[in-house]
Amino acid sequence: MNGVHDMGGMHGFGPVEPEPGEPVFHAEWERRAFALTLAMGATGEWTLDAARFAREDWPAGAYLSRTYYEMWLAGLERLLAERGLVSAAEVESGRPAEPARPLRRGAVDADAAARMLRSGGPTNRAAPRPARFAEGDRVRARTMNPPTHTRLPRYVRGRVGTVVLVHGCHVFPDVNAHGGGEDPQWLYTVRFDGRDLWGPDTDPTVAVSVDAFEPYLEPAA
Amino acid sequence: MAPPEHDHGHHHGGDDHEHGSELSETQRRVRALETVLTEKGYVDPAALDVLVETYETKVGPHNGARVVAKAWADPEYRARLFSDSGAAITALGFAGRQGENIIALENTPDVHNMVVCTLCSCYPWPVLGLPPVWYKSAPYRSRAVSDPRGVLRDFGVEIDPETEIRVWDSTAELRYLVVPMRPEGTEGWSEQDLAALVTRDSMIGTGLAARPQAVAS
Repeated sequence: MNGVHDMGGMHGFGPVEPEPGEPVFHAEWERRAFALTLAMGATGEWTLDAARFAREDWPAGAYLSRTYYEMWLAGLERLLAERGLVSAAEVESGRPAEPARPLRRGAVDADAAARMLRSGGPTNRAAPRPARFAEGDRVRARTMNPPTHTRLPRYVRGRVGTVVLVHGCHVFPDVNAHGGGEDPQWLYTVRFDGRDLWGPDTDPTVAVSVDAFEPYLEPAA
Repeated sequence: MAPPEHDHGHHHGGDDHEHGSELSETQRRVRALETVLTEKGYVDPAALDVLVETYETKVGPHNGARVVAKAWADPEYRARLFSDSGAAITALGFAGRQGENIIALENTPDVHNMVVCTLCSCYPWPVLGLPPVWYKSAPYRSRAVSDPRGVLRDFGVEIDPETEIRVWDSTAELRYLVVPMRPEGTEGWSEQDLAALVTRDSMIGTGLAARPQAVAS
């Protein structure tokens, strides 16, 4: 979706302001919101891609007014409500009103949580077909505007770059985020000359790459 | 350097009331949610503690610093790190969530690499921990790809104008670890001493490794 989360190239946000000696979390609730999100994600009730869409799919004003973990919290509440696990009224009252639904994989205990962090959730998949592109190929990022989840940022759409790395096949977020299954696709790193993205006055020493799934790309003549 | 919204804690979530009797609305909401999830049996509080503890006390940029220091000190490891980053990093015991596919990027006098996630916050957790607020912020995500030298100046970093700046927008499940250049004057240093020079920002590409005189070694 062309949401305000897709920020590459936007103006007006001001300078970057690093915080010296920044703590990992800035409040106790951030710790809990972080952990609740990971623990519920591990139950298998939704995919990580669906969770990302639940965080970005908001009106621009709401998205920009939230801190990072407020955004996680809003996403978690939405996923829980959509799946009938926790209603908005239950969050308001802090008390269960409906009986619990059985979870696909059940709740994770401390050992399972530690195992989950160690093993991660690799998205690499066997290739269902040969790669269409190879290192060195010139490719154009497609002009596309899906209202759904995508990882092709607006600032490269329609622009021509060069394949610099081929990464094998990975779960395709655009489909996986919306319950369509994993639909593995070839993944490439495509590098663009900064001038092809931002215009002829751009610093000629700048190159920008994105990691692009094969359906995002077409051969450049 | 305080963020403009600091007074009402916009960027940091505001824990002004954390120790008072009055709870912030967000804090109240998270507590309520945790209570409901726990009472319904959807989450186990012991698991929540493990998740927080891992990233608050165990996994952080000190992991990545060990990788970089070893790459500086051990040419064989360095070669392996740039030919098969995942295996080389796993060999030091760092692997897992949000780092299933890590690629190490070599900074040289000719090429300076810098990493961003313009869409959200992708970051190599096993080697750097959780990302800082600025990495997830609109100013960084918007400008890192269009004005990387300007962003570097926000960090007080100037890169030679002839050096190529490669910005890596991590839009999929690949995670990037920048290996900064080894500072001069560190010949013969142990990996442990070298690791003390490797800052978090130098592994994102928004900083350089610390100079030896800046660290009491």
